[in-house]
Amino acid sequence: MLSRILRRLGWAAVILWGTTVITFLIVHAVPADPVRVYAGANADAETIERIRAEMGFDDPLIVQYGRYIGNLLRGDLGTSLVTGERVLDALLARFPVTLSLALTAVCLWMLMSVPLGVLTAKYRGRAIDRTVLIVSLVAISLPVFWLARMLQYYLAYQTGLFPVGGWAGWTHIILPAATLALVITGYYARLVHTNMVEVLNADYVRVARAKGIPEYVVLFKHGLRNAVIPVITVLGLDMAALMGGVVFTENVFALPGLGVLALQSVFNLDVPMIMGVVLFSAAMVVCANIVVDFLYMWIDPRVEGM
Amino acid sequence: MTVISPSAASVESEETGPASLPFLRRMLKHRMVCAGGGLVLFLAALALAAPVLTGLGYLQDPMQQLAEGLDADGLPLPPGDRFLLGTDQLGRDVLARLVHGTRISLLVGIVAMLIAVCVGVTVGMLAGFHGGWVNTLLMRGTDVMLAIPGLLLAIAFAGLMDGRVIRIHFESLDWHVLDITLKRGLVSVFLVIGLVSWTWIARTIRSQVLILKTREFVTSSRAIGCSDIRIMVRHLLPNILPLTIVLGSLATANTVLLDAGLSYLGVGVPPPAPSWGTMIAEGQPYFIVSPHLTMAPGLFIVTAVVGFNLLGQGLQEVLDPYVKEGQGR
Repeated sequence: MLSRILRRLGWAAVILWGTTVITFLIVHAVPADPVRVYAGANADAETIERIRAEMGFDDPLIVQYGRYIGNLLRGDLGTSLVTGERVLDALLARFPVTLSLALTAVCLWMLMSVPLGVLTAKYRGRAIDRTVLIVSLVAISLPVFWLARMLQYYLAYQTGLFPVGGWAGWTHIILPAATLALVITGYYARLVHTNMVEVLNADYVRVARAKGIPEYVVLFKHGLRNAVIPVITVLGLDMAALMGGVVFTENVFALPGLGVLALQSVFNLDVPMIMGVVLFSAAMVVCANIVVDFLYMWIDPRVEGM
Repeated sequence: MTVISPSAASVESEETGPASLPFLRRMLKHRMVCAGGGLVLFLAALALAAPVLTGLGYLQDPMQQLAEGLDADGLPLPPGDRFLLGTDQLGRDVLARLVHGTRISLLVGIVAMLIAVCVGVTVGMLAGFHGGWVNTLLMRGTDVMLAIPGLLLAIAFAGLMDGRVIRIHFESLDWHVLDITLKRGLVSVFLVIGLVSWTWIARTIRSQVLILKTREFVTSSRAIGCSDIRIMVRHLLPNILPLTIVLGSLATANTVLLDAGLSYLGVGVPPPAPSWGTMIAEGQPYFIVSPHLTMAPGLFIVTAVVGFNLLGQGLQEVLDPYVKEGQGR
């Protein structure tokens, strides 16, 4: 158990270190010039050079990277070139919005897809199974931003059931989270379905049925617990994709989260902020994976011995 | 645009490549393959025919801002007789822009997919075949790429390209032909999308190669002295080709979506090029008066993505590309 935790932490450290390398390379290999942004449109060449030297953009890449890592280890992610805000403060201020959006979305889609998957596995090949199959295929093909726009107009603006956008309490999270959940639910329902069909053919399910255990207990206790294990693995892997969806929904619904911050800082060429957002999201994904890992052990005690 | 036709053609020929007739028949009997392939072929035909249709006068010029394309208040026209899908905020024909946008979206989707497949297959094959430190290095790298949200990486990458010239030669030489201008445009979008989409492919290919390399044909080719590269290219590659085709088709669904998303956020192919995502972004301020500006491009995106998803899933069922542990093949 302890060695497993240590191994996971080591893995997390390696992933985050790799993330710093990749973001650093992208930000510095790509031809935008942050100094020009910082100095302003009217700065003369001399001023630009002076600022460049002051900020250390003249140093060799490896020196700059060393300085970046050194600051990072002291918990300093730098300051925004545009607003002068500390990057870590900006990230922490927006983190709760993004986290609640992502968590609500995951809960919604698991709550919808698990019963759907069980139901379609039970009634395999019937009308409901085919409907879910087709709907899930179309849903996964929907552009999130487009669906978000549609729901925002027809469900929020026209009927007034939900707030149209902005951030003022938990009601503002429902529609964006539902958007994310709608796109992915069908896919997860199929995953649950496939695993469930396999599990329902297993001997222990036949034994359970033969013993006269009520069907819903067989389905949800014997079947689901085992069918859901592979689904949880996929859930861990999908966390990064979820962050992508979050960027779209936050931008459509004007939620002041990390996704909006990311886009703003890219348009502002705010290099420290971009690196901060990417690193922070990667850290979120890594944490989510560790949580999933423990969930996994809790559901499937066999894993612990591994 | 020439890129679309050979690649689309090569996908077709690879599908029918092992060309035994029963195989082809099985393919044509499969409803998902037919539906998906039909949608994809339809869009590909539209993309190829777009300039011809415009030239013959069946379609408006997608860039032309028509005076009669706006009503008396200067608002876009709704769908009607003169403009089948209405006009946009600048009086341009929406249908013409959508059809011409097909060229961009499919081109980006397919080229980015090819980049992703090339990187993914190379990484997956090397990691799976060599094992050891090569495997550790490549797979940890893949893990890192999986942990960074691809969209954020793509935004950062695409958004930062502002057109500085990179010289790959000494400054004293005056060889401007060799200068690479990293500008936001088609090529940068290809690269950005391709380079964030290969991770799944690499992982799947690796797991397959791990199984395949224990097979007898690999042992025997090694016994007769084949080099590693020859084993990989001549013996393993043909075996993972069906899987690669399936993954490629499914990946195209994602690259098309990602292209639309980047354009929507304003970091994709820059306007005035008629890209589907850009059209949605430009049309949404007019949503209340002219919902067609947002609806129509969305439907095109969904059609394309459904097409590639159907094709990929159908091919997966027909080709059955996954080898199982210990199953002779």
